[in-house]
Amino acid sequence: MTVSTTSSAVLPPGLVVAPQAPDLLVPVQVRRGVFGFLRNNPTVAIGGAILLILVLIGIFAPVLWTVDPTALAPAKRMRPPSELSWFGTDALGRDVYSRVMFGARVSLTVGLSVALLATLAGLAIGLVSGFVRWADAIIMRIMDGLMSIPPILLAIALMALTRGSVGNVIMAITIAEIPRVSRLVRGVVLSLREQPYVDAAVACGTRTPMIILRHILPNTLAPLLVQATYVCASAMIVEAILSFIGAGTPPTIPSWGNIMAEGRALWQVKPFLVFFPAAFLSITVLAVNLVGDGLRDALDPRMAKNL
Amino acid sequence: MNAPLLQVNDLKKHFPIRGKLFRRSTSRVYAVDGVSFEIARGETLSLVGESGCGKSTVGRAILRLFDVTAGQVVLDGQRIDDLSADRLRRIRRRVQVVFQDPFSSLNPRLSVRDILAEPIRNFDLAKSSAELEEKIAALMDTVRLPRDALDRRPHEFSGGQRQRICIARALAAEPDLIVCDEAVSALDVSVKAQIVNLLQDLQREFGLALLFISHDLAIVEHMTHRVAVMYLGKIVEMAPRNRIFAEPKHPYTRALLSAVPVPDPTVRRKPMILKGDVPSPINPPSGCRFHTRCPYVFDRCRTEEPELRQTAEGQWAACHLESLP
Repeated sequence: MTVSTTSSAVLPPGLVVAPQAPDLLVPVQVRRGVFGFLRNNPTVAIGGAILLILVLIGIFAPVLWTVDPTALAPAKRMRPPSELSWFGTDALGRDVYSRVMFGARVSLTVGLSVALLATLAGLAIGLVSGFVRWADAIIMRIMDGLMSIPPILLAIALMALTRGSVGNVIMAITIAEIPRVSRLVRGVVLSLREQPYVDAAVACGTRTPMIILRHILPNTLAPLLVQATYVCASAMIVEAILSFIGAGTPPTIPSWGNIMAEGRALWQVKPFLVFFPAAFLSITVLAVNLVGDGLRDALDPRMAKNL
Repeated sequence: MNAPLLQVNDLKKHFPIRGKLFRRSTSRVYAVDGVSFEIARGETLSLVGESGCGKSTVGRAILRLFDVTAGQVVLDGQRIDDLSADRLRRIRRRVQVVFQDPFSSLNPRLSVRDILAEPIRNFDLAKSSAELEEKIAALMDTVRLPRDALDRRPHEFSGGQRQRICIARALAAEPDLIVCDEAVSALDVSVKAQIVNLLQDLQREFGLALLFISHDLAIVEHMTHRVAVMYLGKIVEMAPRNRIFAEPKHPYTRALLSAVPVPDPTVRRKPMILKGDVPSPINPPSGCRFHTRCPYVFDRCRTEEPELRQTAEGQWAACHLESLP
């Protein structure tokens, strides 16, 4: 069934060969690899770059011209930003710049750990309820129950049961985020199960674990990755809120939330106490959301050759 | 060789409709309700009928994509409707499928090579990776796709090419029977012809039996040996191709055939137009299922269900009109 495209050399009289027309569309340069992907998706590149800087800040906080973020200095309380203390000092004389730099660690740790843990747990729960019909009803009723409680309230309640520590904060926010992720995964799994290629794989003798691994899981990853970035952003905000109301990170560990909480009483007279941590938090959340939006557009399976 | 390859005896598939509260079964959809037929080796049986008449359900039941409600599916003398999952998996090699939509029947994240390797690996049809590679390349030749397309993904192909990949995947298992579930319905006319010709060539080459599920009677007439006409979950007529197109017995078959357009504007004919819609398979009519729309209906049709009776050599019809005298 090969189609012959060669035109015959002998033309009937009255006909001429069409002239070679120039290409209307200039060929697009195919960009491959990680850098090609980033150039094709500038939102991911910008968001990723900002996140990378923040991660580096978190890692190298001790050497970024910081002082001990918990060192009290009653003599120089509430200094405005100056060349000595770039972001000023707080009510106890601690250097706000150092506290904000070290605070990045808490926010990023919480955001990334919650995103990872909630995604993995949600993926497992979602796969089970998408595949095991009898378990679905039970699991989803529990998830509905968890979802009916606002996530912040749930996290506050969970924190009230434990001691304030970064680990407990991560756990509380993870539990609050799991229902959303598992609902998403379950929905995707249910729709993928009905795809003809899954039926064809069954007819090809593929076993159920392999069907999940080869045909279901890779096609859930794209929406899941996007969801993970939103979970990450939301976790950072919830962490800040928990610390702000004193239910989160203990005051001995600086986090953007508790820096803001301590500056709250004075923010009309000394706005810089709240401004700097708030700005960092906003920029971080914005960067994570940029990555999420960019990935959502980029991870359309038809575009995802390079991943 | 005289024993049929596939025998379907009184196959039934009812789907329960579950109520919202506690998922009680409130009523059932009688999707397939007592269907029997045979397919010989190397034969094409076409299953035709309106949408919703249960054609695809029959195909999926033969593929054992779900458990059947009642009846038997016998492949080469072995019942496959009650096999355990593990034994069924080995039998699956012999019955493969090509679906209607070439866009959703290939996993978008796998390369053509991986798609074709899957059945070969599952059924241990290649002893070494070199043999696997050889088989995959041969499959590409068989369905007339270039070998260098192996590393591409499905979205880089056209609909017709994807359907060729689906056919190659079905052939990879070295089956005896391929269920073509509306396999050419979604394709352009010219591509459709190519795929139909390819299927015919493959049938001749490998001695494949085909269960060709379709609503396109022109294609069916072109490529089939026998035709079974389904209406509301039952076979109403079954006959060799020549007889069904020349001398349809069942009123429904006649109505179906008269709906096929004739590519000649000078031909005058009286189309047989059926009144009303197909009744719901949740609550099928009593007696003959076709009595609500049949132009020749009489009292007996409303109460007594007609059986499939032989009216001529190889031709079977389920109609009281045929069994009167």
